[in-house]
Amino acid sequence: MGKIGQAVRKHFSLYPQALLHGDIFTRLAFIIFGAGNLFRGQIVKGLVFLLLEIGFIFYMVTLGVEAVRGFITLGTVEQGWVFDEKKGIEVMAAGDNSMLLLLYGIISLIIIVCFVVIWRMNIRSAYDTQKMVEKGQKIPQLRDEIGILMDKKAHITLLLLPVMGIFIFTVLPLIYMILVAFTNYDSTHQPPGKLFDWVGFQNFTTLLRSDSPLGASFWPILGWTLIWAVVATVTCFLAGIILALWINSKIVKGKKFWRTMFVFSVAVPQFVSLLVMKTMLQPEGALNVLLRNTGVIEGSLPFLTNATWARVTVIVINLWLGAPYTMLISTGILMNIPTELYEAAQIDGANAATIFRKITLPYIMFVMTPSLITQFIGNVNNFNVIFLLTGGGPSTLEYYQAGKTDLLVTWLYKLTTGSKDYSYASVIGILVFIISAVISLLTYRQTPSYNNEEGFQ
Amino acid sequence: MMKVSEYGKIKKKIKVVLSYTGLSILSIIWVFPIFWVVLASFREERGSYTSYFFPKGYTTNNYVRLLTENTQFYFMKWFSNTFLVAVCSCLISTVFVLSVSFVMSRLRFKMRKPMMNIAMILGMFPGFMSMIAVYYILKGIGISQSLLALILVYSGGSGAGFFVAKGFFDTIPKGIEEAAFLEGATKLQVFTKIVLPLSKPIAVYTVLTSFLAPWMDYIFSSVIMGDNYNNYTVALGLAKMLEREFITEYFTQFAAGCVLVSIPISILFICLQRYYVEGIASGASKG
Repeated sequence: MGKIGQAVRKHFSLYPQALLHGDIFTRLAFIIFGAGNLFRGQIVKGLVFLLLEIGFIFYMVTLGVEAVRGFITLGTVEQGWVFDEKKGIEVMAAGDNSMLLLLYGIISLIIIVCFVVIWRMNIRSAYDTQKMVEKGQKIPQLRDEIGILMDKKAHITLLLLPVMGIFIFTVLPLIYMILVAFTNYDSTHQPPGKLFDWVGFQNFTTLLRSDSPLGASFWPILGWTLIWAVVATVTCFLAGIILALWINSKIVKGKKFWRTMFVFSVAVPQFVSLLVMKTMLQPEGALNVLLRNTGVIEGSLPFLTNATWARVTVIVINLWLGAPYTMLISTGILMNIPTELYEAAQIDGANAATIFRKITLPYIMFVMTPSLITQFIGNVNNFNVIFLLTGGGPSTLEYYQAGKTDLLVTWLYKLTTGSKDYSYASVIGILVFIISAVISLLTYRQTPSYNNEEGFQ
Repeated sequence: MMKVSEYGKIKKKIKVVLSYTGLSILSIIWVFPIFWVVLASFREERGSYTSYFFPKGYTTNNYVRLLTENTQFYFMKWFSNTFLVAVCSCLISTVFVLSVSFVMSRLRFKMRKPMMNIAMILGMFPGFMSMIAVYYILKGIGISQSLLALILVYSGGSGAGFFVAKGFFDTIPKGIEEAAFLEGATKLQVFTKIVLPLSKPIAVYTVLTSFLAPWMDYIFSSVIMGDNYNNYTVALGLAKMLEREFITEYFTQFAAGCVLVSIPISILFICLQRYYVEGIASGASKG
């Protein structure tokens, strides 16, 4: 905590310092962006700051203020019939669209935050330049600044576009959906016809209380989601490593051929194999026909039509899909293990089992743990396998809008595309996030690759 | 002495035989569904199910009809759509992922750990929870239901998925770059000239995974494209063929489509597979 406090103090001490010790230009920079740079010869940098400020003010005057107000109210005028005096009849008048108001509101809040950050950058830059002038140092020109961006601050150059992409396509939509969880944007409040409004934590309590129809579906689906994620991850991981070690062992010839056989299932697009599997596993599908004709079984097996059968089936098929992935990755890792480690172990007289336990496994775990956690989270969110294989079915009346193999995420999907209960869907999304976050932060912090990034160098 | 070595030989032989039979059985299980769909694509009889395993008649008609008929399904158009989207989005994603993972693995700066934590946190939200919001943002920019929208959706946020590549960069020894720094190279040069060439396996891995994503994705494209039939990807189109009103008539064509999509992707995948396997890092630290 002390560390954070120190950082905060250091962060804010900039302003009084710049105000007290700053010269006229630095102080001017508090109001006019870029003043500290412009008057000291950093023309381009100063102009960029200034233009950003003008742009912001223009935005706030034209759209920004209205957007912030809309964010608070989420609209006041409902769409409805209004008497038009000119025409002498009632006409449909467009009301406020809560959904758009929420979106614009978020964007304007983000722009305001950016503005504050730029304001701070501008003061820092002005103060730094002033100090340089006082010390008689050469003031960095545009070319020097670009040089710094190539070298000392290369991280800014390299991160700029990726971070912007993440921001627009991940962060912004996510903020939107998180906020929707606190509104009543459900099947009965659909814009543009109806307004929706802030309701606080009401959706959360509805979903978590087991006496409401939503709650009665939530808990069993959550249980199945967790079972599925654990079993699917562990089986794929173990099977993959066993396969990799098996094919890598000295006695197996034609390693490339064997690997290729298994890689087929990865190489074929997942939706193809899943849709094919689905048709194969029908009561009259190829697998049942084959088993019946060879006399193994009498009647068809209910692979996808019986709840328990369907649950086992999706796990087995996920193994078929996932194990080769782990095999490929761990094969790569096995080849990367420095041979010196093995040579040293052999000189010390270690046997195969010890070498595996002390070198191979730790090394695989070191590289694989982050991807293992990702796989677990991926399985909690494994939409494709469930949706394309069973579609969540076999369906049941016990659940609201869900079937027996539905995971939380496929349920979320059905709630958004089917019944348009966006608010409940968002709450489910947040709960899925909390589950994944708690589990993975707990495990990730235990791993060597988090605590000791340079462990194997 | 003699006996012991002979016993060892027999034991080894049994091990070899068991290894190969085990692998063969598993391979058959793994290849079986693929074999079945290839058979179905050459089947003369219509319908999604037959009460026998091997088709009664073989024909290439399914392929011809799939590629030439344009009345109900535009397979060629969908194929080229998907290809275009895959190429563009894999270029963008690869650049994003590799630069972010290099930065996170090699450079040290104040925001590094917070940013890594944020990326982890973002990864834990269900990917398509925000799909509806993304759709409205794209609509706001005026590019919803277009291929550009799909490219942006696949590649825009890809920078957050850097963990695998970073894990790889972490295992590349630092000695090589330190020598370059001593000779006056900038950090950006070290990235492009030294670290990138060394990271070929992970670069190929990233290219592959992001190239394959559009071929495999169903959900994002279905939300983005909605009813814009012209801009469908193969996944959407083929899934459409399995809908109740089409499945009996079109199942064999669906199988043909699956084979056509899978062939180039599988070849690509198997050719590039060695990059997964080849460890360049171990070689580089020695040389």
